[in-house]
Amino acid sequence: MSGQKMVNTYLYTRYERFWHWLQTVLILILLLTGFEVDGLYSLLGYKTASEVHNFVGLAWLIAFAFFVFWLLTTGEWKQYVPTTKKMFAVIHYYMLGIFRGDPHPVPKRKEAKHNPLQRIAYLSVAAFLLPIQMTSGFLYWSYNSWAAWGLDWLSLPVIAAIHILGAFGVLSFLIGHVYMTTTGHTIFAHIRAMITGWEEIQEGVELEDWEKRRRQGSPACEPQSPLA
Amino acid sequence: MNAMAKIISGWLCTGLLMIGGIDVSAARSQTEVLDENQAPGRTMAQQATKERQIWITADHSRHEILQKEFTSGPEVTKACLSCHELAAGQFHKTIHWTWLDPNVPPGERIGKAGHSINNFCINLSGNEPRCTSCHAGYGWRDGSFNFKDEAAVDCLVCHEQTGTYKKFPTGAGHPVQEPTIFAENNQTYNPPDWNLVAQSVGRPTRANCGTCHFYGGGDDGVKHGDLDSSLAKPNKMLDVHMGLDGQDFDCVRCHTTTLHNIAGRTYATPAATHRKSLIEDDLAAKIMCESCHSTTPHKPGVKANDHTDKVACQSCHIPEFARVNATKMYWDWSTAGNKKDGKPYKENGPHGKPTYDTKKGDFRWEKDVQPAYFWFNGSINAITARDPIDPSQPVDINWPVGSRSDQNARIFPFKVHEGRQPYDKINKTLLIPKLFGPKGSGAYWAEYDWKKALENGMQAAGLSFSGEYDFAETRYIFPITHMVAPKEKAVTCIECHSPNGRLAALTDFYMPGRDSFRAINIIGWVLVLGTLVGVTFHGLGRAIVRGRKED
Repeated sequence: MSGQKMVNTYLYTRYERFWHWLQTVLILILLLTGFEVDGLYSLLGYKTASEVHNFVGLAWLIAFAFFVFWLLTTGEWKQYVPTTKKMFAVIHYYMLGIFRGDPHPVPKRKEAKHNPLQRIAYLSVAAFLLPIQMTSGFLYWSYNSWAAWGLDWLSLPVIAAIHILGAFGVLSFLIGHVYMTTTGHTIFAHIRAMITGWEEIQEGVELEDWEKRRRQGSPACEPQSPLA
Repeated sequence: MNAMAKIISGWLCTGLLMIGGIDVSAARSQTEVLDENQAPGRTMAQQATKERQIWITADHSRHEILQKEFTSGPEVTKACLSCHELAAGQFHKTIHWTWLDPNVPPGERIGKAGHSINNFCINLSGNEPRCTSCHAGYGWRDGSFNFKDEAAVDCLVCHEQTGTYKKFPTGAGHPVQEPTIFAENNQTYNPPDWNLVAQSVGRPTRANCGTCHFYGGGDDGVKHGDLDSSLAKPNKMLDVHMGLDGQDFDCVRCHTTTLHNIAGRTYATPAATHRKSLIEDDLAAKIMCESCHSTTPHKPGVKANDHTDKVACQSCHIPEFARVNATKMYWDWSTAGNKKDGKPYKENGPHGKPTYDTKKGDFRWEKDVQPAYFWFNGSINAITARDPIDPSQPVDINWPVGSRSDQNARIFPFKVHEGRQPYDKINKTLLIPKLFGPKGSGAYWAEYDWKKALENGMQAAGLSFSGEYDFAETRYIFPITHMVAPKEKAVTCIECHSPNGRLAALTDFYMPGRDSFRAINIIGWVLVLGTLVGVTFHGLGRAIVRGRKED
């Protein structure tokens, strides 16, 4: 690191962390049982795997609705608004700078937790990949009601194919995401932050206007009192 | 769907709070409480069997007319008809009497008594006195039998309850007048005590129906695979409804009967066209599983309830047929006629069943047979001895009607009986042999001359034979619907939802666990492994750079 002073900052609220890890568990169970239902291996048995998969899938769908509510009511959705500003700087950093020990071009701040690359990645996942998984999964689950809902023009193999392709996408994201957590100033800095809410970030970095979660003048969202 | 919604809302409350332990048993224990929601038809059936009331108001042993001396079956029948004057007229209209499909014009000759064939003893024509030992009538010796004769109806074979009434195997439906040994099975057949059997009459039991239906094809379990003598006194393991240690159903409990018409499929006519439960129509025939169990027989929220639109109950609940006695799976007529020391002989094989018989050829018997599965809407089509065949490949003599797009079709279990049997090389039709008869009649079992037997059989059927014959491979199917196992023994999900499972041959639809998308799997794994390789090299790169700096 470049010797800048680090300050311990409360980045992730309790609900945010709870949601993150709940979703982690749900997605891991879904991947594990989903690939078993697809016939990749035999672990829980087809019956249990499909029952758990259905149950967890529906639970995820419901929990995700709470997450969307949280995003909208807290204004946190702005953290996901994509931007091209400094995007290439960030890409350049991960391709080269990180090996040379350069500082991150867009370090984390309370008001801007996501760099441009994260914004586009998380937006793609949260607004595109996961909804596709949830929609295709829900349709798959509700197969027997298609006729009653006027959806009998749908094709089960097409829905299944989309769902399976999406699952590969989620698995691929998971691998990249887990790896990226190791790129903080220490290997476990990012993971620690997602557990405790606190992360050491560089002091005194000015927020650029486009990065700010809130417009100038409007009161910032106060974090809850720290856990530890 | 409503019950499903109830459960989901249940999950909503509990499910959200459960982060670590996602507990499926919670959902299960919740549905346990709903057990009282079992299909009302089922409850009705249980109530009806718990305290069996006999709705009988007559004691036939006190009827004077049944106390007089009888010397033959028709005399007894006349006595029956003196009170039950409509019975013979009713019975004459049924397939049990005509042996012709009642739902097609008689001119089409669909039925045992017509030109329908199988790959067992093939057809009735010319063989009457042997085959008609299973006719509920007296004296069907040949084509001249009078089907209008009321006294020729055999009331006793279905109604007598002593178990002592036996029609002689070659007696054209008559019992013997003197004790007689049947050479084929070495059993002595005794003349019935007419008064005793006539006075015993009651509603048909398993034993009555089984007299013929357990022995179709000439011996125990030859034909059906799900109907043999093991069902006379079954336990619950063999048949959960008929088990003496369970509900103790008789055949007529499901094969409900009106005016001597017994519910069930006849050739192309399904047993029922509506899957009505008793709640919708309390006088409906109870011939369908749905009659008592409804179309959602499982506990609310159980996936199997979603399967009932495409999978017949039988497919999961009859995991194997012929679970006690073996059934015949293969019959090769082409090898018949071999003799030892100039004499016909039999060879016995596994299951205590013959594997060779000079009269009949080679057999294969099997026990605990896993069914074959086909789409089936309740209708079975078949060829007759008039229809052209292609002998270059196995000939389907009959086949289930239905497809995935047919709303009434379900995936249904079948026994497939394979065989080789004579066909006309010039006319390209299957041939009817005269098998049974005395020496000089041309019967195969007397003279072992195929050409003569076929000439005589075809002549008796009124069909032409070119004189040139060979043997064709054939298939004959039987729907499997009896021998319903207890639910613990039902076919499990994975037995179908796997690549080489029970439904591997039904390829016209996508099924999770069985089918996969090759292209998607390739794209998916390239993506996943690509990511894995990418982060590995990136990480290695960082580790190497950091190592150098620390040096």
